[in-house]
Amino acid sequence: MDFIQNFPFFCIIISLFTGPLSSVLKGKKVKYINTVMIFMMCVLNAFVFAYCIKTGESFVYRMGHFPAPWGNEIRASILEGGMALFFSVIMFFSVIAGRIETAAEVEESKQNLYYAMINLLMCSLIALVYTNDLFTAYVFVEINTISACGLIMIRQRGRNAYAATRYMVMSLLGSGLLLLGLCWLYGITGQLLMSNIKEAVTNLVATGAYNTPLLISICLMVVGLCIKCALFPFHTWLPDAYGYSTLSSAAILSSLVSKGYLFILIKIIYRVFGFDVIVNDKMINVLFMFGIVGMIIGSLDAIRENDIRRMIAYSSIAQIGYIFMGIGLGTTNGMIASIYHILVHAATKSLLFIAASGLTDTSCGKRDFLSLTGSGYRNKLAGFTFTVGSMSMIGFPAFAGFISKLLFAQAGVESAHKMLLTFLALAISTILNAVYFMKTVIRIYTPAKRLHVDETGYTHLTVSSQPSKSIAMAVLIVINFVLGLASDPIVNLIQKGLEMFA
Amino acid sequence: MSRRIPESEYKKTVSYKLKSWYDGTKDYFVGELEMKPQKEKTISDEAFKKSEKDAHEIRVRALDVTHNKGVARFSRTYKVFSIVFCVFLVGMLLYGVAALPPFGNADNPVNNEVAQRYIEQGLQETGAVNIVTGMILDYRAFDTLGESHVLFIATCAVLILLRKDNKKKANISDRIYEPKNDAILQVVAKVLVPPIFIFGIYVILCGHLGPGGGFSGGAIIGAGLILYINAFGFAKTERFFTSKTYKIMSIAALGTYALCKSYSFYTGANHIESIIPKGTPGNIISSGLILILNICVGIVVAGTMYTFYVMFRKGDY
Repeated sequence: MDFIQNFPFFCIIISLFTGPLSSVLKGKKVKYINTVMIFMMCVLNAFVFAYCIKTGESFVYRMGHFPAPWGNEIRASILEGGMALFFSVIMFFSVIAGRIETAAEVEESKQNLYYAMINLLMCSLIALVYTNDLFTAYVFVEINTISACGLIMIRQRGRNAYAATRYMVMSLLGSGLLLLGLCWLYGITGQLLMSNIKEAVTNLVATGAYNTPLLISICLMVVGLCIKCALFPFHTWLPDAYGYSTLSSAAILSSLVSKGYLFILIKIIYRVFGFDVIVNDKMINVLFMFGIVGMIIGSLDAIRENDIRRMIAYSSIAQIGYIFMGIGLGTTNGMIASIYHILVHAATKSLLFIAASGLTDTSCGKRDFLSLTGSGYRNKLAGFTFTVGSMSMIGFPAFAGFISKLLFAQAGVESAHKMLLTFLALAISTILNAVYFMKTVIRIYTPAKRLHVDETGYTHLTVSSQPSKSIAMAVLIVINFVLGLASDPIVNLIQKGLEMFA
Repeated sequence: MSRRIPESEYKKTVSYKLKSWYDGTKDYFVGELEMKPQKEKTISDEAFKKSEKDAHEIRVRALDVTHNKGVARFSRTYKVFSIVFCVFLVGMLLYGVAALPPFGNADNPVNNEVAQRYIEQGLQETGAVNIVTGMILDYRAFDTLGESHVLFIATCAVLILLRKDNKKKANISDRIYEPKNDAILQVVAKVLVPPIFIFGIYVILCGHLGPGGGFSGGAIIGAGLILYINAFGFAKTERFFTSKTYKIMSIAALGTYALCKSYSFYTGANHIESIIPKGTPGNIISSGLILILNICVGIVVAGTMYTFYVMFRKGDY
């Protein structure tokens, strides 16, 4: 066995251990440990990714002395390695960009707890990506939920407590439904390991036994994960949670936490139930419809919003709707488009949150659009970054979002019944996206009256006066352009990864 | 042969005291204990009206029912929808339960080769007489590793939410958190706390031999700590258990757990023979790493329970 095959396990155990470690340390050491840990995750996962591409096949890693159905097991392939690498990179820059905000908005004595939460969140994300066992997935979903709650409420104001409570109630409901579905599935298959469950489910479908419990367990698990990802009817907790938390938290929550759940959902669809089983029952059409409604409703809410952070949060609902629409198409190409959009959204949303924070910094921390007038001139890099992010979300050619919309449209052509709806939804949603993002871009590049500027005490920020944010913005812009301009190899890798999944 | 004793001396004996207490002629607790009759709580009409008015005001301002039509509509439809949804969910689940495999049937899918190996070879492969402990701490130790971190991160979340960091303020109002010196509680606690601790330790140490283990034993020790702090107050408890103790113990426990399991995961995955002996099943020191892991889990659970209690009661320790 090659030494690199140990790396997923190293990732999980190192990030797991740094959680308790940073809760007892104080001051700069905690930040240092956090940075080093996430950087190590990037490097180790990059090795795993490269290894999987080189060998061209997946490998399983036995956790302990007992083989899989008895002991635990993790599994890595191109898709998992790539996803873990991507999550680590985004996490690294999200945390770095929000350093100043974290120091200012989090109580001094609780910063170590904040970083402990981030470390454990990183661990749970990586474990969710690599796990090959449904119950292990549930355990790490729990860690993910609690640490995400901590990330919201670390800024101790009334609104955050309110947002965290809402998030916790909804998220625990989702966990509960997931656990219930898992129990039902265990009751009818007697297995917890993903590949064994799939075998058992295939048998059950072939013989027609336990049809109703199987359908109910699919429903419970999918609905539970949908609540956690904030699909349309369950989205009301999202704007508060993303809008009022501190910058790193908002960037991490919007671009990583919901994506972790989406990835585990895709994993469950492919590796637990089997894609055909899910497509053949009507569950997938429900996801398709709610995805489309979410795309429209999220955008409409974003248009009405007057707070830039909450506007970006509402836009997340629309983007989650895109991803579910892709899953709901029920074709492999739709799934590829969805996974590509997960990458695009994760890269762009954190970029937008960081840029928005850069813009509000120059406007005395005010977030309403009137105060943001001309902020693109006061903080040039943030203005440029926000424009890039907006273009990408609208789907302008050469930006990342364009490719995913193209992929959605291509996938839509394949399925005859859903083609018209997909195209209509894409067109309407693109126009709505353009309305609220372009409104913001025009607003930040409208020069403010000089008198106005003097009265309010707006400040100017240059690249060198906000080094950590500038680095993060620059790297995320590069990632955005890479996703937009060099999409072919990435799409091929996703396709190969999905083949390895089945 | 009994011996006559004078009346005055007889009145001092225990039997006389017991008899007079039983007859009801004298109550020996009167004057010895803090016995204040409880005041009946009275609320004046004015205060009651004011509180009701405030509640109404808060509702009107927070929800803005008069202006916000959406909220009014929501509160009207909410009840109907929630009832319909619950009835639907209950109906769906009941319908599904009817189709599930019957409980306890030998042909159920759950009774497969996985359970068979746990039962038949569990003792031999893990060295633990208690199969459940062998399952959670050896076969599926990775899940339990995550589970103990769930407890830890829950404590972190409670600390974020409830810990007061303004030390001065906390000290001024410290007295209100201290319990009254209740003689009955203190005597009972003095008698009960040591056996509770010993029983908790026993449950942890014998987790691999019989019913018990880290989670249950830790919960027992945590309950003992909570009883102790209720009887004797924070000042006495802090002589041996402070937040620093908790931190050191939890990091040591979680670190040891992670380290032990990393070793066995690494050796297991790379097909290296583990050097940890299994021992004779049935002995206290047997079953490889399970004993150490049980102790670690027990420490984490006990600390978590105690910290939750202290945080909710005082917010600082």
